[in-house]
Amino acid sequence: MTDLLAARSQMALSLGFHIIFAAVGIAMPFLMSIAHYRYLKTRRPEYRVLTKAWSKTVAIFFAVGAVSGTALSFELGLLWPGFMIHAGPIIGMPFSWEGAAFFLEAIFIGIFLYGWKRLPERSHWLSGVMVGISGVASGFFVICANGWMNSPAGFDWNGGEPINIDPWAAMFNDAALGQGVHMIIASFQAVGFAFAGVHALLYLRWKHPVHHEAMKIAFFVGAIAAIIQPISGDLLAKGVAQRQPIKLAAMEGHFETEKGAPLLLGGLPNVETRRTDYALPIPKALSFLAFGDFNAEVKGLNDFPRDLWPPVVITHIAFQIMIGIGTLMALVSVLGLFWLWKKPQNFLRPLWLKLLVLMSPLGLIAIEAGWVVTEVGRQPWVIYGYLKTADALTPRPGIVYTFILYTAIYIALTLVVYQLVRRQISTLQQDLGQPQDKETQP
Amino acid sequence: MNLVDVVLVFLGLSLLFYALFGGADLGGGIMELFLSKDTREDERALITHAMAPVWEANHVWLILAVVILFMGFPRVYTEASTYLHLPLMALLVGIVARGCAFTFRYYDTSRTYRRTYTRIFAYSSLWTAFFLGVLGASSVAGLIHPKAMTYGELFLDPWLNPFCISLGLFTASFCTMLAAIFLVGEADDIDLTRILRRKAKITLLVTSFLAPVPLVMAHLMNRPIFEMIRDHRPSLLFFVLAILLIPCVWISLNRSIWTTWARALSVMLVGSIILSWFMAQYPTALFYAGDSGQPSLSFQEAAAPPATLRVLVGGLVVGSLCIFPALAYLFRIFKWETLDEERRYKP
Repeated sequence: MTDLLAARSQMALSLGFHIIFAAVGIAMPFLMSIAHYRYLKTRRPEYRVLTKAWSKTVAIFFAVGAVSGTALSFELGLLWPGFMIHAGPIIGMPFSWEGAAFFLEAIFIGIFLYGWKRLPERSHWLSGVMVGISGVASGFFVICANGWMNSPAGFDWNGGEPINIDPWAAMFNDAALGQGVHMIIASFQAVGFAFAGVHALLYLRWKHPVHHEAMKIAFFVGAIAAIIQPISGDLLAKGVAQRQPIKLAAMEGHFETEKGAPLLLGGLPNVETRRTDYALPIPKALSFLAFGDFNAEVKGLNDFPRDLWPPVVITHIAFQIMIGIGTLMALVSVLGLFWLWKKPQNFLRPLWLKLLVLMSPLGLIAIEAGWVVTEVGRQPWVIYGYLKTADALTPRPGIVYTFILYTAIYIALTLVVYQLVRRQISTLQQDLGQPQDKETQP
Repeated sequence: MNLVDVVLVFLGLSLLFYALFGGADLGGGIMELFLSKDTREDERALITHAMAPVWEANHVWLILAVVILFMGFPRVYTEASTYLHLPLMALLVGIVARGCAFTFRYYDTSRTYRRTYTRIFAYSSLWTAFFLGVLGASSVAGLIHPKAMTYGELFLDPWLNPFCISLGLFTASFCTMLAAIFLVGEADDIDLTRILRRKAKITLLVTSFLAPVPLVMAHLMNRPIFEMIRDHRPSLLFFVLAILLIPCVWISLNRSIWTTWARALSVMLVGSIILSWFMAQYPTALFYAGDSGQPSLSFQEAAAPPATLRVLVGGLVVGSLCIFPALAYLFRIFKWETLDEERRYKP
């Protein structure tokens, strides 16, 4: 394994690990606050139990997210000093804002988790909401920095050195808003579906009404997000078509520049023959989706020098996974919301519950796939068009060993968190006890 | 005072607060290695109780310092993360391990697992505090050698030396002292308070005895650390203040009504040590080896362009206005209100 590959793998692993915890940290406090609000309104003890259970999840995921995020803030320098020396002054601003938002999140999570008996109820509830708001803010700021890597702005490049630095222009680059919104919606979508699935499973097993309530809250949040997400994704893809045509071409497995380009569903790009095999083409759809015009010209990979291509197969497949999952989730969401509105009894059908169980990991998979699209699709650049990833690499040797170390740590942490959440669930069962008489069931 | 100095004040404050509050949390973990037989569970519960609501906020001071460093002084950040990558990596492993272990212990219902987490939490706290001290020391040790040829000279010598190691041990020791003194005020049981007060005194003694060791080591290594303190007036002032504060902390630990004083004085003691170090180091960020042919890196040289520093300062001021009231609220709820047993939070 070369040092570059080891460093990229370590970065991908660290981000891929952290992003799950960050997504839970963004969306989960809101689910918790909804359950908490219900408790304060209805005073039904199950809601209190549910709020506490969800708040423990928030606490566990926040703590792991916080420490893995700390690791990331150092890893940027440990792996990519050639990137940070230039990027730090240009794009440090959203990072420093992220630091502030994260600080507030850490403060309010302490207040919420341990303040049950110490605060007036309304302040306590509000502190839970504040955890979510600062989580959204910190997520958005970090994505601004990532957007800048895709759409660099706010500096002039003078022989390998940035001059005329304008941190505001850098932070509010063209990609920031689209990417940030897409990621935040994705968090709600993925976390909503994940928890709807978990509680559907618990309901199937225990038939306790609280799981049904929990499932409805989580599904509602996830479904709204899943329905908005395709719109946000479409806007983002249109931006990518403008800013990074080569990334769009790799995402779509699109080799030949043409007018009225077809959208390829599935398929396996072959970079040797420069064709995408086994795909289902939808005529002119790519031109329309990318530029809003059925006959617009879409640039293909062949128009770019071979050494500037991102890894096409990975980017294309990851994109297909994300799009496929997103479409499925949006369709299920429409159905589910309709039922929730018109036929709530359908929400108890075992088949529906089983579907939700099967769908619970999909959103998180889509998040990972989406990150692969944006990060792998930007290669070989780390600052698109300015600095290659290979030139940002640290000169120190032996990166493969730290990669192994990090892999071991993250695997161990994943297993431990999984076990921990499982034990939390069994404690939740004990706290809830047996369901009351059948009549109270919804 | 120019822009660089303003940013340095914020950097210094972040590091100072991390050393005091994050340090006390690290010390809490280290204390779990030295629990008394009879009060083992009570002490552990007290440490958990004291840390749980605030440790994450305390931890963010470190993140803030890192962010200021890479935005304001990118060269310091990149040089340090190249030549000091081994202790940095060790620090990260420690931070991840102890944060996770502490949280998992709090929420795990299985006793066996809890015991494992406790062990990981305690040892990784010691490990983290040690490497924090090592890293701080290596910035002034003057052994970073960018032109060196061998792996050892490039990546081991800058931190693997008696000065850095003794300063790492000293850091672990003052963290433990802070934790012990803070905990004296948290306990409401007379026996427990007595035991904690004795521990606070022992850690104060150990810290006082360990304090001169790094200076002696530096002297033996021909590294003029003491001279740097002596020749910078403010640094010398804080150094003397720290020495004078040692007996004050000791005396204030004798009476229970002076507990608040003990806390305040111990904060001042550790604060003086840290500030004395900052003043001695200023304006240099990283000291390179004398024979490396490269002058040491000053903050002024490493600083980002003024446009960046201006928005950084603006962000820090606005951020402080948001953070400090919230932080005060957090500490008021959990630290300045004595509560009856009924209102105590439980895991």
